[in-house]
Amino acid sequence: MKRIVIHEEHCIGCRLCEVYCLVAHSTSRDIIKAFKTERKTVMPRVLVEEDGPISFALQCRQCQDPSCLEACISGAMHRDERTGAIICDESRCVGCWMCIMVCPVGAIQQNLLGTQVASKCDLCYFADVPACVANCPNEGLTYEVIDEEARL
Amino acid sequence: MALSMSTATFVVDRDETRCITCQVCVRQCANDVHYYDEDGDRVLSRDDACVGCHRCVSLCPTRALVIRQNPLEFRPHANWTAGRLRDIYKQAETGGMLLTGMGCDQPYRIYWDHMLLNASQVTNPSIDPMREPMELRTLLGRKPERLAFEQGGALAAEAVPGPQLELSIPVMFSAMSYGSISINACQSLARAARQVGTFYNTGEGGLHPGLYAYGANTIAQVASGRFGVHLDYLNAVAALEIKIGQGAKPGIGGHLPGEKVTPDVSRTRMIPQGADALSPAPHHDIYSIEDLRQLIYALKEATHYAKPISVKVAAVHNIAPIASGIVRAGADIVAIDGMRGGTGAAPTVVRNNVGIPIEVALAAVDQRLRDEGIRHCASIIAAGSCRSSADVLKAIALGADAVYVATSALVAMGCHLCQNCYTGRCNWGIATQDPYLTKRLNPNIGERRLANLLRAWSLEIKEMMGGMGINAIESLRGNRDHLRGVGLNQVELDALGIKAAGC
Repeated sequence: MKRIVIHEEHCIGCRLCEVYCLVAHSTSRDIIKAFKTERKTVMPRVLVEEDGPISFALQCRQCQDPSCLEACISGAMHRDERTGAIICDESRCVGCWMCIMVCPVGAIQQNLLGTQVASKCDLCYFADVPACVANCPNEGLTYEVIDEEARL
Repeated sequence: MALSMSTATFVVDRDETRCITCQVCVRQCANDVHYYDEDGDRVLSRDDACVGCHRCVSLCPTRALVIRQNPLEFRPHANWTAGRLRDIYKQAETGGMLLTGMGCDQPYRIYWDHMLLNASQVTNPSIDPMREPMELRTLLGRKPERLAFEQGGALAAEAVPGPQLELSIPVMFSAMSYGSISINACQSLARAARQVGTFYNTGEGGLHPGLYAYGANTIAQVASGRFGVHLDYLNAVAALEIKIGQGAKPGIGGHLPGEKVTPDVSRTRMIPQGADALSPAPHHDIYSIEDLRQLIYALKEATHYAKPISVKVAAVHNIAPIASGIVRAGADIVAIDGMRGGTGAAPTVVRNNVGIPIEVALAAVDQRLRDEGIRHCASIIAAGSCRSSADVLKAIALGADAVYVATSALVAMGCHLCQNCYTGRCNWGIATQDPYLTKRLNPNIGERRLANLLRAWSLEIKEMMGGMGINAIESLRGNRDHLRGVGLNQVELDALGIKAAGC
């Protein structure tokens, strides 16, 4: 399975990953419309963490043994067969926020925009390459097949 | 002074219908041109600080930005141009020398653009480089005068060539020091040189420990400041270059401001952290050709005569006899840097008024060395603004063995020639040591883009050589019959040693 690999030495803190993540998860998928008309209903699922010159873009690590999936009381959290991404089924999510409590990297956020759904990276399962990776200007994020065993 | 007569050079045009206030421009501008106005939820700009580097334009995800020249016009005056007035306003305010970066930006004649290459028609066949082998391999170093054999058939001592540098394309990356450019830029150059099979030059800033691995593709400089010069440095590399002068600022030394002397730069250069790195104008142990010979042979001794020694000089009025002296002093390579060559920092007045263009300097040197029968004793490298493969080919036809490119390499890595290298706030992460900015150049991307550039040029060079019916770059070297001048007067044609188009 392919995973998003973070290269903090190349992250320039521009936050274009956040911009394009928001666009990819908007209804219109048009950058100007997404920001000008949908801004109140859509948010990025990747967050750039910064401390001085060090920065990196953090999104869900798609754990092999995910705590969020185990903690989910409604069965909304499930693994996408094709990409292996952990995805939140919005129709089943009840907004108990247990996933947020147990996530070891803090990659899940409340969808505060009225829908009470947990918002997390879905590896852009609808596209070949996640939007954050495809649009990073400095290859600070890459989409690679990684050795799960070595990762553990 | 409350009143400044200096006006903004550029104007930032933001298309509000496209701006999504994502603030990428705010985060990317090291000159703080863009800022976010929270009250109005909009991004505004301070145009005065814009240097026209286009970082914001390139990264703006909605293409909402256009940087235009400030349309503010002075009353037209052919003598007192806007540039002259602005320079005086600035000097009257500051009382200082005006500084700048990159090569001369004045409209002196660019001779490359007045020379045309030949091609074969009917009487001699052209060659298709896609079907037949084309040789770009170039060897730099002292060549024997003639073939000679001992009794019994062994090659005679005088026929053995000196140590040579082998290039797969007659283009090398010119001297840019660690300090003037970032470690990521150095890494990109070093890796691309290794990938393509050519060389990059350390400049006078020493060799960072992380770059010793690329020693086989490195030319190391020994300059007037002797920064970072020690025995391991000399022996880690493929060739050594004594830097006498630089095309952008002939006759004057270098000045790396203390802010750029970070702990890493300080270690590499062997100077105190935060101290200005001052390269003296002359080498204080070289006041004559005889002195130069001593340093050349000191370096040869130190490296067991295993590496070619290059001497780099700026193209100045008497370049031909100077080059002759350098060759007679024992240099294996003479590098000549024309006045349009770049720099990380130079007084504007020097950059724009001192030296001569590389085209005429190269022609003069090649002719002089041939006339004196010592052309084989040293290879000639032409530097100082080869902007394309055509410029490279014209330089070789004028007599160069290879060319050095630096500005072209920087442009390949993202440089937009804003000419503000001396400020240390390069938004493209090249001419800076600021940890926020140096990250912006990913050496993996830099290497790829530089290697792509050289690959593209080598394809174009082969295509043009094929058109001339030449299948080895050797056959074009100094072959000025393949050049014709357009729009040049007889004096210029004679200086270049070429015929006018139609003759």
